[in-house]
Amino acid sequence: MSINETRCNVSVTLPEGASVCELVVNGEHVSVAVAPHWTLLELLRYGLGLTGTKQGCDKGDCGACTVLIDGKPTLSCLVLALTVQGRDIRTVEGLSTSSGLHILQDAFDRHGAAQCGFCTPGMLMSSAALLQKLQAERSTKQTVDRGEISAALSGNLCRCTGYKKIIDAVQDAAEQIVKNGDSK
Amino acid sequence: MTAKQNVTEAMLRTGEVESSFEQAERDVTGQAHSVIGKRHRKVDGIDRVTGAAQYTDDITLPRMLHAKILRSIHAHAKILAIDTSEAEKIPGVIGIVLGHEMPTSYGVIPWTPDEQALAEKKVRYIGDAIAAVAATSEDIANRALAAIEVSYEVLPALVSPQAALDQPQNKIHEENKQGNISKHVRLEFGDVKEKLEKADLVVEGHYYFHGSTHAPIEPHCAVAKYEANGLLTVWSATQVPHYLHRELSKVLGLPTHQIRVIQPAIGGAFGGKSEPFDLEFCVAKLAIKTGRPVKILYTREEVFLAHRGRHPFDMHYRTGFDKEGNILAVDAKSIIDGGAYSSFGLVTTYYSGQLLASPYKFETYRFDSTRVYTNKPACGPKRGHGSVQPRFALEIQLDKAACSLGIDPIELRRRNFLGENTVTVNGFHVGSNGFLECLELVENASKWQERRGKLPRGRGLGVAGSTYISGTNYCIYPTELPQSAVQICLDRSGRVRVFAGTSDIGQGSSTMLAVLVADELGVELEDIRVVAADTDLCPVDLGSYSSRVTLMAGNACLMAARDLSQKIRSVIAKKWECHPRQIVLAQRRAQRIDDPSVFMPIKEAFILAESELGTLGSVGHYNTPKTQVHGEYRGGTIGASPAYSFTAHIAEVSVDEETGDVTVVKVWAAHDCGRALSPVLVEGQIEGAVYMGVAEALLEHHHVMPSRTVDAKGRQSAGPPVDGLLYASSLLDYRLPTSLDTPDIDALIVEKPDPRGPHGAKEAGEGPLHPVLPAIANAIFDAVGVRIDELPISPAKILTALRQQRSTKGVQLCCVCLLFH
Repeated sequence: MSINETRCNVSVTLPEGASVCELVVNGEHVSVAVAPHWTLLELLRYGLGLTGTKQGCDKGDCGACTVLIDGKPTLSCLVLALTVQGRDIRTVEGLSTSSGLHILQDAFDRHGAAQCGFCTPGMLMSSAALLQKLQAERSTKQTVDRGEISAALSGNLCRCTGYKKIIDAVQDAAEQIVKNGDSK
Repeated sequence: MTAKQNVTEAMLRTGEVESSFEQAERDVTGQAHSVIGKRHRKVDGIDRVTGAAQYTDDITLPRMLHAKILRSIHAHAKILAIDTSEAEKIPGVIGIVLGHEMPTSYGVIPWTPDEQALAEKKVRYIGDAIAAVAATSEDIANRALAAIEVSYEVLPALVSPQAALDQPQNKIHEENKQGNISKHVRLEFGDVKEKLEKADLVVEGHYYFHGSTHAPIEPHCAVAKYEANGLLTVWSATQVPHYLHRELSKVLGLPTHQIRVIQPAIGGAFGGKSEPFDLEFCVAKLAIKTGRPVKILYTREEVFLAHRGRHPFDMHYRTGFDKEGNILAVDAKSIIDGGAYSSFGLVTTYYSGQLLASPYKFETYRFDSTRVYTNKPACGPKRGHGSVQPRFALEIQLDKAACSLGIDPIELRRRNFLGENTVTVNGFHVGSNGFLECLELVENASKWQERRGKLPRGRGLGVAGSTYISGTNYCIYPTELPQSAVQICLDRSGRVRVFAGTSDIGQGSSTMLAVLVADELGVELEDIRVVAADTDLCPVDLGSYSSRVTLMAGNACLMAARDLSQKIRSVIAKKWECHPRQIVLAQRRAQRIDDPSVFMPIKEAFILAESELGTLGSVGHYNTPKTQVHGEYRGGTIGASPAYSFTAHIAEVSVDEETGDVTVVKVWAAHDCGRALSPVLVEGQIEGAVYMGVAEALLEHHHVMPSRTVDAKGRQSAGPPVDGLLYASSLLDYRLPTSLDTPDIDALIVEKPDPRGPHGAKEAGEGPLHPVLPAIANAIFDAVGVRIDELPISPAKILTALRQQRSTKGVQLCCVCLLFH
């Protein structure tokens, strides 16, 4: 928190035509009042105050709003909130735990993969899904193909980095997981 | 002598450092402990990778209203009337503001104040802002916009510079004295005509550089709060808090001390957020009118409409060479498409010629540039402002000359090397110059000598070079005041607070400052808290534009840090009965250089110093040198810089002759940044700049549609598209490279310290973008023997050129036009 930072206040005014949306966000059961046309992105950012997930275009072109829905990377700006009742949502806020940063976050930080950081939450979620997939496949490969990483991130636009350090970071994290067997 | 010692020597000679021996000796022995040049994590890295960093749209204030802006549907029209009565009736609409409520014109360049926060009498492009509505939700605000009735008198739209020049009576800006000419600059150095006549070879070419935009992933956003005591706070995704501060004061009629501008974390800028925009004035005015906080977040379409991106340049170049390839004369003529407003256009027009006279020696030089108003989104500064376009033309001219003269293109550039510590033909003083080192690095890394001209058809290598400024020598408004200042406070817990007006736009300026402080004061990066870009808390820095921050804020920071270091070491020296120069502050310790067993923890050192001297703080400032920088002719200051970076790229391409597809296989990018204070950050800038250059060369195109007629309500009659409507205003249609489209980039850092930079450092943000575009064009020529002189390079253009090549087979032409004497 920096000196000149403001607090983020969660809205308590009911949106027009509100109904309750119940879902699991980062392991926590939540009930949020949403208008029927609200997207999952709006639910997260304005309903829950989880502003880590970003709005870059609000029409599914940039990937900055990527979250995991039941483990699958999804553009939250294209998902109506009420259609994901009961589903398991994971955002960037749910990556780190009390024991510290997720291995991906640490790798991003070490490699300088976050310049302005705006695409970073989306990149992390897409990368996390890729690593989960690789773990599930119990790959015996010692290195992860950069091409595979690149393909997994091809729905996340970045304007700052030229992608190189992002792919370096994901590759690093993947290799650590292969070596150590898990993502902690 | 090491690089660092060289710098110190040079700085001492120019009198830019006070103490001599002390500094030099400390540098030598301190080198082992130096934080400079190590691989650092960013000081704000954790915030960014956890989603905790707060960007402007992440701010929510109690009772905050959402506002939306009504925009013109006509490219050129008079506003006859605006009726907001229906909009006002909608429940939830709290405030509306129109142009006449903010009548004061402004412009980021004070000499060209041709914009209003909201258009009052006429609109000049599709997207020009007319009204803003604040409501309790975005949906209600949008509904209110739809209920506002605007009556227009539609005027003919001028969507090309030629059309605008042909119709000077149809003025886009009525008060403009020269029809639709925004700015004209003509400068000549030496007798160009004479040299061209004497030249052994004159290469003549027509080049077209298209428009492109910044497309940061974060859209513009602003939040304003107005308090009962009269204090206005504006949070904005701006890269120039100080300039925004001044313009808010001017347009709102509030004194600057009553306005606080804060730049939160920002999601990319690249020059697209370096001037005031309509939303900033609107949130402020609506906050004042309604008494409630107001936020505006641009839609992605609005970001495209706000634009201020790369000016399209129509260029005609003639370059005269002798048979050894020495450049005798450069004659450049450019028509620049400015869009609806000036923005930084005055500067652009000067830059279009002034930034070209390096890194090669021109014996004589002439440029004639005309910027024209058109009814399109205004162009402004995009990474490499006003310099990427002429560089494209010149570097291809050089390649054509090399081809005609049978000289290797790298060798040709070497022969024309400007040199170090010298003056360009247009009077700019160049200090350190690592251009030759850059060329050598890319030549070796790409195996140029073994491979160029010898790869199978369809595969090719191309080279190009460039230079860029490390900040402009002058502020955009006339002032004697410092261009940057940094305030440092020491904390008894062994921590350091750094207050800087600098705008970290993702490039890592806060980290750069922390690295300098850590190095001087012996603390770790995590012991430093950088507070930046808050006009209430931080001293003025002019902002992140023209690649000025490392050099200017870095120097200011060093001044402040060294002052504190001197004070601390003097106090400890008394205690240890030695000379301050025998003490180094490093790795959280104060330590005797000659006897490392004598040390104390840095926290103790700070406390000791504070108990002796009182609370410790210091202010450093920086102003550019005013002598030995530029020539004394009119316009001679614009484009002059205290120090220049240098870059060389080699691109390897693969051209598919059936489809016309060009794949950039790899780019080797060598960049002389003087001194890489934090190499990870410098690499990031090189990689990001090269990516952006490749994107511009092959994919991006910001352009509007040509004519058709519309009725007064903007309803289209049958037929082709609208006057001045943007073609691709989404991140899908405006082609940005994904990770799959971006080539392999080898960032190679060259360090040629410049005495005017902090530890010799120069810029790395914009320079590395320039050469990749012409390098790609030159590589295509090496691959398939065709020249693409018009951007963007597209499969259609390649196929057309190849078809032409096949039909003219037997007539071996490798240049557009040759004149042999």
